[in-house]
Amino acid sequence: MKKVMMGNHALSYGAMLSRSQVIAAYPITPQTQVVELLSEMCADGTLDARFIKVESEHSAMAACIGASVAGARAFTATSSQGLALMHEMLHWAAGGRHPIVMGNINRSMAPGWSIWTDQNDSLSERDTGWMQYYCASNQEVLDTVIQAFKVSERLMIPGMVILDAFALSHTYEVVDVPDQAAVDKYLPPFKPAIRLTPSDPRAFGGLTGAEHYMELRYKLQKDMEKAPALIEETGREFEKIFGRNLGLVDAYRCDDADFVFVTSGTAGFTARVVVDEFRKSGLKAGNLRIKVFRPFPFAKVREVLKKVKKAAVVDRNCSYGAHGIFYQEVKSALYGEAGMPPVFGYIAGLGGRDITTDSFKEVAAHALAKDKADEEIVWIGVKK
Amino acid sequence: MKKEKKMTLTLPAEELMACGHLACQGCGATLAMRYMLKALGQKTALCIPACCWAVIDGPYPYSSLDVPIYHCAFETAASTATGVKAGLEMTGDSETTVVAWAGDGGTFDIGLQALSGAAERNEDIIYVCYDNEAYMNTGIQRSSATPYGAWTTTTPVKHFKTRPKKDIVAIMAAHRIPYIATASISHPEDFVKKMRKAKDIKGTRFFHVYAPCPTGWKSRPEDTVKLARMAVQNAYFPLCEIEDGDKVTLNLKLKDKKPVNDYIRIQGRFRHLTEAQVASIQAEVDARWERLLKNCAV
Amino acid sequence: MREKKAKKIVFNSAEEMPTMIASVGSQTHNLTGAWRNIRPEIDLAKCLKCGICWKFCPEPSIDIVDEWPVVDYDYCKGCGICAEECPAKCIVMVEERK
Repeated sequence: MKKVMMGNHALSYGAMLSRSQVIAAYPITPQTQVVELLSEMCADGTLDARFIKVESEHSAMAACIGASVAGARAFTATSSQGLALMHEMLHWAAGGRHPIVMGNINRSMAPGWSIWTDQNDSLSERDTGWMQYYCASNQEVLDTVIQAFKVSERLMIPGMVILDAFALSHTYEVVDVPDQAAVDKYLPPFKPAIRLTPSDPRAFGGLTGAEHYMELRYKLQKDMEKAPALIEETGREFEKIFGRNLGLVDAYRCDDADFVFVTSGTAGFTARVVVDEFRKSGLKAGNLRIKVFRPFPFAKVREVLKKVKKAAVVDRNCSYGAHGIFYQEVKSALYGEAGMPPVFGYIAGLGGRDITTDSFKEVAAHALAKDKADEEIVWIGVKK
Repeated sequence: MKKEKKMTLTLPAEELMACGHLACQGCGATLAMRYMLKALGQKTALCIPACCWAVIDGPYPYSSLDVPIYHCAFETAASTATGVKAGLEMTGDSETTVVAWAGDGGTFDIGLQALSGAAERNEDIIYVCYDNEAYMNTGIQRSSATPYGAWTTTTPVKHFKTRPKKDIVAIMAAHRIPYIATASISHPEDFVKKMRKAKDIKGTRFFHVYAPCPTGWKSRPEDTVKLARMAVQNAYFPLCEIEDGDKVTLNLKLKDKKPVNDYIRIQGRFRHLTEAQVASIQAEVDARWERLLKNCAV
Repeated sequence: MREKKAKKIVFNSAEEMPTMIASVGSQTHNLTGAWRNIRPEIDLAKCLKCGICWKFCPEPSIDIVDEWPVVDYDYCKGCGICAEECPAKCIVMVEERK
């Protein structure tokens, strides 16, 4: 069934079709419509779930953890400051191996107060052990929630489905809403091997000495390493049922490209327009949109970029004192491999400033004019 | 030997807490856990934040309890328990009693927001605060449950705590939750009786349990039960219940209310107090006691 | 009452550990009797069988065997609450012979 819906509602539909059993959430702009629709769905019986209207995001994640360890499928959604408040519990969810799925609307961190998009909120959580999926369309948001539950529950690692504030969260698009029966076939009920129950009384997450802690984290990393293949496998399975593939990256016209933008989120779709224009004027351009940031698809990125002559990474974030975060990851993916192209790094669109086709043209003009990438950050559209 | 006489046990025989745990000698918090589990039985799930009990239970991969435990973050006892209850219910278990089991730091201080949220929503959980009146697990630092006059490592004798203990029971009563009780490890029968009563009530139930700590109070381990008993008998920690926020019942009437001096003087943490300072504690205890009696009468 | 003197758990590899950080053994492997400096000795001739020592034991390491209190010295930490609380004063704390 096709519906016109905003990105936030695509998250709600994803959570509903995944038959989330416990939802705990706290309102924050620009996430509110996600939980408003879910509370309506719970109230009218469309969704058989307990909606816990907690008093903070920190409690939202704590409640999701409690629900998940008790064996229920748990969902929440937040943004920016809310995600930052959850930070401690993000480590808890991943370290405790609780396969919660969360929507995060990328919103810039205060101060000054900003409700507009950039990625520093979610990227600040990159080392917590959560999988991160950066989406570029409302369809992708809905589909990814369902896939994320499947991948998370298989690996017992939580997953974050991420979309740009306003550019996606409040933008209406046509979304093909899958049939519940088909989703049920794709996503079986959550049945963890061990759960919190008096019939199997165990203590979870107790004091863990140096003789055990490292092995537990080793297991987390080992399972994280299984995720790229599992995401591709479940993506193909999704395509068989629903006709849409969900992969690690979206490589657009990259196969024969000389020059490739590396992007994430909605900026990735803007880049496509510029790629098409460049192609018309004879420049073999492409766009590699990285969808899954954690685990980072090192092999996939290498595979795509090894064939190109130049790559330009456009980051909507900044690791202050270092560089754009995707830029760093892409470079580390290519380092030490023979025949890799120079990679240029750009920062654009912080605090909700638009990343337009002109932004990408500026990026391309800079990168194409240079032979070698130096370490200097190139800021796009900043009034210096 | 008088073989004919029957052994009389005034508490349920079932032990859900095993020995081998890591509590200090004479730990009051351990008795509190033992009594609570006797009252609630095996179909109980615990959420324990950072507190002495996070250590007492034993390190991974062991546990001392025959009930499941989720070791949660410091400030999340109430919110994690809320989630556990919802999760159990959504997976077909509406029978298990879910308990948030936290110390005074995790309740009076860092966990107060989550507790207030859960209480306001009237989540179907029992929240137990075992109060040893300081951050004992981190090495005896003052909390907002530390009483006036007490030494701790962050309120050294020259700067002992001069503010009174936070009135957590009044705070919880203001939430108008269905059931609040104070309990003491010196009165296990009363403890078990009230815990059983709470088990059958739906909604948020709050227990404030007095649990002396020989390590932090600088008292003798063998005096733990005695100290708790003295605190009840001198009205330092009266035993009462509050239903629906305002119906107050006194569980133990004090015909012969003892002075606080004896109780104060056997604890090293109060050693520095002058007679005048002890008198001011007595005045404060008397005033609180009068207020409690007045509330009961209403 | 759960099994006493449970086995210690040894993991030989990360593979053997459950994915979740969940306990698989009992803390009763830990014989806390070794902490003790003074030991309670019960004079059963004076015992009133009131159960108070059992009731106030924080371990709990006083068992009721054939209706008599018996100290489990494998676990008793020697806190002395039983002796302090015994109304018949039939428990004495004596120096541990080490």
